[in-house]
Amino acid sequence: MKNSIGRELSDDLMRNYQPFKSTKIGNPIVQRVAPKVRVSTGDNKVTDSLADVVRKTVKDGMTISFHHHLREGDFIFNLVMDEIIKQGIQDLTLAPSSLTNVMNDKVIEAIKAGTITHIESSGMRGTLGEAVSHGILKDPVILRSHGSRARAIENGETKIDVAFLGVPNADRCGNANGMTGDAAFGSLGYALIDAQYADQVVLLTDNIVDYPNTPASIKQTQVDYVVKVDQVGDPDRIGSGATRFTKNPKDLKIAKMVNNVIVHSPYFKQGFSFQTGSGGAALAVARFLKQSMLDKQITASFALGGITTPIVDLMNDGLVQKVMDVQDFDKGAADSMKNNQNQQEIDASWYADADNKGAMVDQLDVCILSALEIDTDFNVNVMTGSNGVLRGAIGGHQDAATAKMTIISAPLTRGRIATVVPKVGTVVTPGESIDVLVTEAGVAVNPARQDLIAAFKKVPSIPLVTIEELQQKAEAIVGKPEPLQHTNKTVAMIEYRDGTIIDEVKEIKD
Amino acid sequence: MEERLRRTMMFVPGNNAGMVRDAGIYGADSIMFDLEDAVSLAEKDAARILVYQALQTQDYGDSELVVRVNDIDSKYFKPDVFAMVKAGVDVIRLPKTESAAMIHQLVQVIEEAEKKFNRQPGSTHVMAAIESAKGVMNVLEIAQASDRMIGLALSAEDYTTDLKTHRYPDGAELEFARNMILNAARTAGIAAFDTVFTNMNDEEGFKREVEHIHELGFDGKSLINPRQIDMVNQIYQPSQVEIEDALDVQAAIEEAHRQGSGVISMNGQMVDRPVVLRAQRVIRLAQASGLLNEEGEFIEE
Repeated sequence: MKNSIGRELSDDLMRNYQPFKSTKIGNPIVQRVAPKVRVSTGDNKVTDSLADVVRKTVKDGMTISFHHHLREGDFIFNLVMDEIIKQGIQDLTLAPSSLTNVMNDKVIEAIKAGTITHIESSGMRGTLGEAVSHGILKDPVILRSHGSRARAIENGETKIDVAFLGVPNADRCGNANGMTGDAAFGSLGYALIDAQYADQVVLLTDNIVDYPNTPASIKQTQVDYVVKVDQVGDPDRIGSGATRFTKNPKDLKIAKMVNNVIVHSPYFKQGFSFQTGSGGAALAVARFLKQSMLDKQITASFALGGITTPIVDLMNDGLVQKVMDVQDFDKGAADSMKNNQNQQEIDASWYADADNKGAMVDQLDVCILSALEIDTDFNVNVMTGSNGVLRGAIGGHQDAATAKMTIISAPLTRGRIATVVPKVGTVVTPGESIDVLVTEAGVAVNPARQDLIAAFKKVPSIPLVTIEELQQKAEAIVGKPEPLQHTNKTVAMIEYRDGTIIDEVKEIKD
Repeated sequence: MEERLRRTMMFVPGNNAGMVRDAGIYGADSIMFDLEDAVSLAEKDAARILVYQALQTQDYGDSELVVRVNDIDSKYFKPDVFAMVKAGVDVIRLPKTESAAMIHQLVQVIEEAEKKFNRQPGSTHVMAAIESAKGVMNVLEIAQASDRMIGLALSAEDYTTDLKTHRYPDGAELEFARNMILNAARTAGIAAFDTVFTNMNDEEGFKREVEHIHELGFDGKSLINPRQIDMVNQIYQPSQVEIEDALDVQAAIEEAHRQGSGVISMNGQMVDRPVVLRAQRVIRLAQASGLLNEEGEFIEE
């Protein structure tokens, strides 16, 4: 079968899913679920023995979860998986908020041991991306946005039996936050959903603090066990260090054009809101935006999503009233949360869940996102590389693209690979959500947005081109690649944020 | 000589594929691919081949394409010139030029190459980099050495070494050379380019230097980093008053044409040739700075 944007989906796999239709969510009535609670007074939650906790909680066939707030500095995932593999537990579904590179080899080991047989994640890359793309799992991986993961957990599509959550501090009853301790990472945004909906919640910390621990992002009412470990993570690898302003002239050129697009859009007015990602170009946009806000004496009501130091600086300069923080990309942003009431920790549901009574992304004016590929229908791929291998994550891409103006900022080509292509390898975010593409070779506006075209047409610093022109320009530089060779096997299903299937990723034929 | 803006001549190392590919995106008036100092001996052939391919396959928009070939006495000189003429480069820049004879020698090789590769005779232009006291003292004969000459460039690093000095922030050591080169260029009716400014962290110093050479009358400046392009353009950007005056002059010219009159007058006064030329340059600069719309009216962003 084909979905509404013409992507071919396997009939046998689609028996349990709906094909993607539209970005419009509508007003359906949804039913949420509640977790099981093993009642206790909470007096004996602390233990040194991870082995005991795993033995008591994890059984064959269960779904287990982790968060990825510790990113490349995470010690918890490998520690817990080692114990689970050692105990010979089989047929688990792994459903973390995302998978980082430090987890890759352990996941592969667990798949080979039969311990993990199913994966749901936001994304994957590196050796695991390679292995899954080459068909290491029998059933396809389910890939979801951060908002869609919250949705799936809330409505029971993903029923987490045990959540293993690394925290930089906790008291003996399980009150914990992400803000203090050696492994502090700031917002616990993604993990809050696991703590709320998993049947059993296991905290792992290297820092037991006095009861009662406040502020408590995760609460004792949710926690079954507190496992004391030597070290939760490597502080130097949890977040990047001081974020340096890019000097790359191409990044700067693109960032400047992105800023020009924002400033000349109808959304740049007192009280506007925005979301930028991480990465050099996004940080550069924050700097240009700051100057424009000062020049025009405009302040923003909020900045949303994954937060970096430049965004926190805008708040401290009084240019952004509130920072709504689902995760922190660097130490500066993580450190600032505990000291600033206006930097609000938000969970993934509040942030981005489509099946909600309103999520923050629904209030967002301007959003800047990246792309591995974008096609002439403005469909965006952030998941598979030019070789068809899984090497990315949906993250909040589909969710934040709900913004009133979504800007994709990307170079026309990377090395010998075109970014603007006739058809993306994998659709993650539908073109319907994308309003503007900014490349070093010009700015293309989605023809559906004639209002934006009219607004930008008279601005000399916004060189308007069509997306077809950009695609042809890219092709003229790098040529036309040979089509990829796939087998019929589906290795990953890409959910849209409402749980419908927007695309499939096929196994690579070498 | 074809009148065109030459505010910015951006140096691009000929052996850096990424920079060669991206050279067209920054809006430089001229792009100078370097086969000489930026390229180590081991990479001379590779750089020549890369630039040769890029000139034929990449889209550099309206930029004037210049290649700095190796020293006239080196074994790379002739293969460089041949390859670049074959690729159809706009301008060949000769380093360390000290006499008209050197330009004649370059032109001879170009003529040979144009013939061999069926290029329009005379289509390959040349320019000279002045890098020594001798070059400065001979700069007028160099400027007038060939019809193919489009410009002179000061290259301060070698020049100051030759003078037994080095570069100072106030540029006093370059003043004589700058004025010699500029006046020779104007005598010959060609362009004058100032030397590079290498300290990317000294934005104030860069701006000061550009303002100075702009005041002297240089067409533009050689640049080592794309980030410098906007800064130069901003300094060369005409003011609103200058643009409006130029538009008035242009209207007067059109009015004179309509009336079939050879005399251009504005507000009852005759407009003489220098005023017309300046107005035309201001309008070109305003267009390049995006300050005029399609109807030729001043726009404010």
